[in-house]
Amino acid sequence: MPLVLEKRAERSNTIALVSPLIAIGLTIVTMSILFAILGKNPISALGVYFIDPLTDSYSLQEIAVKATPLVMIAIGLSLCYLANVWNIGAEGQFLVGAVAGSWLAVKTQGNDAGHWVMPAMLLLGAAAGALYALIPAICKVRFGASEILTSLMLVYVADLFLDYLVRGPWRDPAGFNFPTTAEFDPVATVPVLIEGGRLHLGAVITLVVVAAAAVLLGRTIKGFEIRVVGAAPRAARFGGFNSNQLILLTFAISGALAGLAGIIEVAGPVGHLQPGISPGYGFTAIIVAFLGRLNPIGILIAGLFLALTFIGGEQAQIAMKIPLDVTKVFQGLLLFYVLACDSLILYRFRLIFPSRKVSSGAA
Amino acid sequence: MGLLEAIILSVLAASTPLLIAATGELVTERAGVLNLGVEGMMIMGAACGFGGAWLTGSTILGAFCGIVSGALLSLIFATMTLGLAVNQVATGLALTILGIGLSGLIGAGFVGERITPAPHLYIPGLTDIPLVGRILFGEDAFVYFSLALVIAVWLFLYRTRTGLVLRAVGDNHISAHALGYPVLRIRMFAVMFGGACAGLAGAYLPLAYTPFFIPGMTAGRGWIALALVVFSSWRPGRLVIGAYLFGAVTILQLHAQGAGLGIPSQFMSALPYLATVIVLVLISRARTGGSTAPAALGTVFVPDR
Repeated sequence: MPLVLEKRAERSNTIALVSPLIAIGLTIVTMSILFAILGKNPISALGVYFIDPLTDSYSLQEIAVKATPLVMIAIGLSLCYLANVWNIGAEGQFLVGAVAGSWLAVKTQGNDAGHWVMPAMLLLGAAAGALYALIPAICKVRFGASEILTSLMLVYVADLFLDYLVRGPWRDPAGFNFPTTAEFDPVATVPVLIEGGRLHLGAVITLVVVAAAAVLLGRTIKGFEIRVVGAAPRAARFGGFNSNQLILLTFAISGALAGLAGIIEVAGPVGHLQPGISPGYGFTAIIVAFLGRLNPIGILIAGLFLALTFIGGEQAQIAMKIPLDVTKVFQGLLLFYVLACDSLILYRFRLIFPSRKVSSGAA
Repeated sequence: MGLLEAIILSVLAASTPLLIAATGELVTERAGVLNLGVEGMMIMGAACGFGGAWLTGSTILGAFCGIVSGALLSLIFATMTLGLAVNQVATGLALTILGIGLSGLIGAGFVGERITPAPHLYIPGLTDIPLVGRILFGEDAFVYFSLALVIAVWLFLYRTRTGLVLRAVGDNHISAHALGYPVLRIRMFAVMFGGACAGLAGAYLPLAYTPFFIPGMTAGRGWIALALVVFSSWRPGRLVIGAYLFGAVTILQLHAQGAGLGIPSQFMSALPYLATVIVLVLISRARTGGSTAPAALGTVFVPDR
């Protein structure tokens, strides 16, 4: 093998900066080939995907609306991944948060309960998400069960539970048998920022979360502990950091953020609880976290970019009859390329030519 | 046909894809590689397997398409994790996301189509024996193949030199490398074997279990297969027990839904997933004397040169 991978003496900061851009470039090249295979003009398809949504104000708002849950969930996930624990059940925590908050909305429906309802719903959503995320975390620290598998299994459980509620006890009696709750009261709704628009208070909360995460990771001891436990577990042990406590903490935070994102989505853009409230936000957020290099500001940018692919995908389906699954292929490819390019931060390729002469004997 | 016989037959059918996928993943993990992309490779196997069978009219060619698609996806995984030393957990997740997307794209063309399900064995006399005849001598070929596969993997791992080397690579890649074994090449073959098995397991679903393809039809079976490998303590024999137990849970909850016990169907459908969590906890708790996992599982290896 003439081409081998070898460790760099130190991490390359240049590659760290440009690798997401290289990854996006490679993904776009691959997608062009895929569009051509599907019999679509790659240039116009890419235009519909990435340029058109940026040209009208409705789509721009819609990108921010979609980016809101993605960024919020990804910030939480990045804390877990920095600590080298793998919460991949954010989708379930998102749904449980949505369910818990909706409980209050359903119970106070039509009672004109007052303006405390919406904030209380958000708190309930965050608390439920945190508790739901603590199940796999406790199973890990207490019994050593793989958090990857348990957190993922709980996604299916949450999905079925939500399905049961909206088909059973919480179904809107006036809803023509559709599996949905009644439309939430105005006091149980996350308000929009501009009258008549779609952008809502959740976007502001997300920006606060991004800032808080930047402070936590960059300016506090806890943030430092999270990063050390992930990057150098042995050093963390010598430092006396309690890694079990950090696992519980990062899971609780990420669960709370996913749950908050869930209830904001339901009480904001959707307006009622129904199955299919998430087009896989919890999973796409994993890609957002990695594309954003597990860095709060990076995640904000990456979240907006992936939101663009959701909107672009919808428009491409309408305008060019490109199947919606292309968006998932795009997201999967992007994660592959990001991970591959990231490898070059720590490693480099070197050409090795096999030496013809083994040794010329005594010199 | 009695109810018990029908239940056992459907348990065997429900367990077979879990068993095939888990056996492949067991070999991969025994070589020290954790491939979390089983779900993605399975759903690709289902889409390509159905497509192959639908286009050619042949179950065997369909199964072959499933195997090839799973192996090809796992080759991407191998290139990333072995060639580029990328984190195996993240790459496995990427593989699952990509597999779900690609399978939807490929499968879109034949949603709603039906194929003839895989034929069942029929030996006059033997298959007609009451009670046990259908169960022992009336299965489809995949059921027998899955059991043969487990035996073959057991023989390979514990009775051949190559199997010993593979386990050594999974337990300590540095020593194996120092002894001159090609760690990365062995791992690549193990990953591809796992991918081929996952593809076949996925193909089983539309070829024999339900004779049509629906997007997302694997419904988490790939993840349950991963949990089964943990359950088995990385031993092929226990995998059979685990797979049949899970198949039984799946089928019993279906029958309980049919019997109308007054429990909401969603709660019964959640049982296999909850059972997975509980089993993982119990198994992990029971292992107080240290882990039985391959020691180098999930770690990156870049050989010194």
